[in-house]
Amino acid sequence: MRTLSVLLQKEFRQLSRNKFVPKVIVLFPIMVMLVIPWVTTMDVRNVGVTVVDDNRSTLSRRLVDNIDASEYLSVIAVCDDYAAALALLEAGETDAILEIPDDCESSLLEGRLKKMNISANGVNAMKGSLGSRYLMGAIAQTLAEVQAEKGLPASVEPTVVRNFYNPTLEYRNYMVPALMIMLLVMICGFLPALNLVGEKETGTIEQINVTPVGRFTFTLAKLIPFWLVGLVVLSIAMLLARGVYALSPAGSVAGIYAAALLFVLTMSGLGVAIANKSDTMQQAMFVMFFIVIIFILMSGLLTPIDSMPAWAQKITLFLPPRYFIEIMRSIYLKGATFGDLWHDFAALGVFAVVFDLIAVAAYKKRS
Amino acid sequence: MNETVISVRNLTKCFGSFRAVDGITFDVGRGEIFGFLGANGAGKTTAMRMLCGLSCPTSGSGTVAGFDVLREGERIKRHIGYMSQRFSLYDDLTVLENIRLYAGIYGLSHRQTLRRTAELFARLDFRKERNQLVGALPLGYKQKLAFSVATLHSPEIVFLDEPTGGVDPLTRRQFWELIYETAAAGTTVFVTTHYMDEAEYCSRVSVMVDGQIRALDTPAALKCRFRAESMDEVFRLLAREAKRGD
Repeated sequence: MRTLSVLLQKEFRQLSRNKFVPKVIVLFPIMVMLVIPWVTTMDVRNVGVTVVDDNRSTLSRRLVDNIDASEYLSVIAVCDDYAAALALLEAGETDAILEIPDDCESSLLEGRLKKMNISANGVNAMKGSLGSRYLMGAIAQTLAEVQAEKGLPASVEPTVVRNFYNPTLEYRNYMVPALMIMLLVMICGFLPALNLVGEKETGTIEQINVTPVGRFTFTLAKLIPFWLVGLVVLSIAMLLARGVYALSPAGSVAGIYAAALLFVLTMSGLGVAIANKSDTMQQAMFVMFFIVIIFILMSGLLTPIDSMPAWAQKITLFLPPRYFIEIMRSIYLKGATFGDLWHDFAALGVFAVVFDLIAVAAYKKRS
Repeated sequence: MNETVISVRNLTKCFGSFRAVDGITFDVGRGEIFGFLGANGAGKTTAMRMLCGLSCPTSGSGTVAGFDVLREGERIKRHIGYMSQRFSLYDDLTVLENIRLYAGIYGLSHRQTLRRTAELFARLDFRKERNQLVGALPLGYKQKLAFSVATLHSPEIVFLDEPTGGVDPLTRRQFWELIYETAAAGTTVFVTTHYMDEAEYCSRVSVMVDGQIRALDTPAALKCRFRAESMDEVFRLLAREAKRGD
């Protein structure tokens, strides 16, 4: 215990005297939380629509006005023929084309509505498909209004959608907890690796290796400071989420911190293990970078695990961030409790123990 | 020779097919200043690292402070001090913080730490330096500090790997005074050096060539045997046979 306490004193002194690390711990979360939620939005806005109006009726003008009024859509141009509209689509000036047939209004009044054509640019698949969905919604709403005014039977049954937990379907609410995880992955994974390989490169670890200090004690002294670092990073990020995006956890803050402690232990264990197996900074950073990319892309941080192929879903079971993401999103957005999430906590606990034991085993005092 | 503290038989270390240390055999007695000479690349550091439990021997056997070199590396570490060729205390800690760190690791009590620290500062004549970051100290101070930290826990044996490389003759002289005091107090000193005047100060000297020990005796006996004026000449005669380059 005495050895651990002197080693911890050493680590904290070095941390506080470092010119680089304390800045990273404070500036990194601030920059990520202030900038990234605005740019990683998958909400589709400003879909440009070109209307080919063959009808030129009150109804068609009303359609154009309603489409333009939608917050997601804007009418770029109204053309007389399809070829001109297609030219705009090819030039990239419009995202979708709506063709209103020449007998549109009369067919509506006769109660046998003619089909309308939507052509969308599918290069950006998300914008293409969501854009045409929004367009269909705007048309259906206009038609329903007109039918109601004229006392005609409704041709489309309007559906009502309510989104639970993230009522406005703000993509940002989905991203902010994920960004906190990304911060912990980067800071609590890379910094311990940098620290330990640094000791190898300056040769200070050699003087430690020739003392009777235990491998477990030494590794623990490398891991524990990152608990504190992780808590600072997470707290800054949560305060910013609350202050800037008005997003506070629906569930217990204690649950978030508890999961973060387990997760930080896992990530810093991984960093220390890799550093123990690397001879140079470049080697350690390259391996860490590779693993972190896999963690970020595969563990459901950006894209839902449910949409991955079955074999990939099985791989995600071995990625610790997967469980932490589940916990964070559930607590932040749904207000889930420990009882709902105990299996995710258990998985994180197992990862923390296993990764830290690997870190101890990878530390060789003798070559 | 009185009680043996290091005893090595056919100790060998191979890196692939390269025999860095090739079957060395020798004994060192308590309180000796044992000079371990050899050209660059002769295998001195590798041999010393095996004795300190930093490197695992490929074959051979040996004991250091009564413990087996192969199996009891961690127990050896309680009884030895080591000062590496490259300065390896923490540059971003102060002199006092480095001393307290190693005192804590070696399990010195609070009172022992205070006493040893006071002794050390008196002996090294460190005053204002005690709260200075180690990285800012001149090389000569760093080396004296590294030696003091290596002997902080009063080890039975202290291993010094080229302790005086790159410092002025006056500082080297002061450093050897420290070595003499330590040896007089009963600690065995195992030292490598490239300075042949330092070799003259040792109780016994071994000369390594190409991973093997070619000569081992007191400086006087070696000079007599090779009909040489100085250890410098003895070293040149032996090192000339080396087949390995730098």
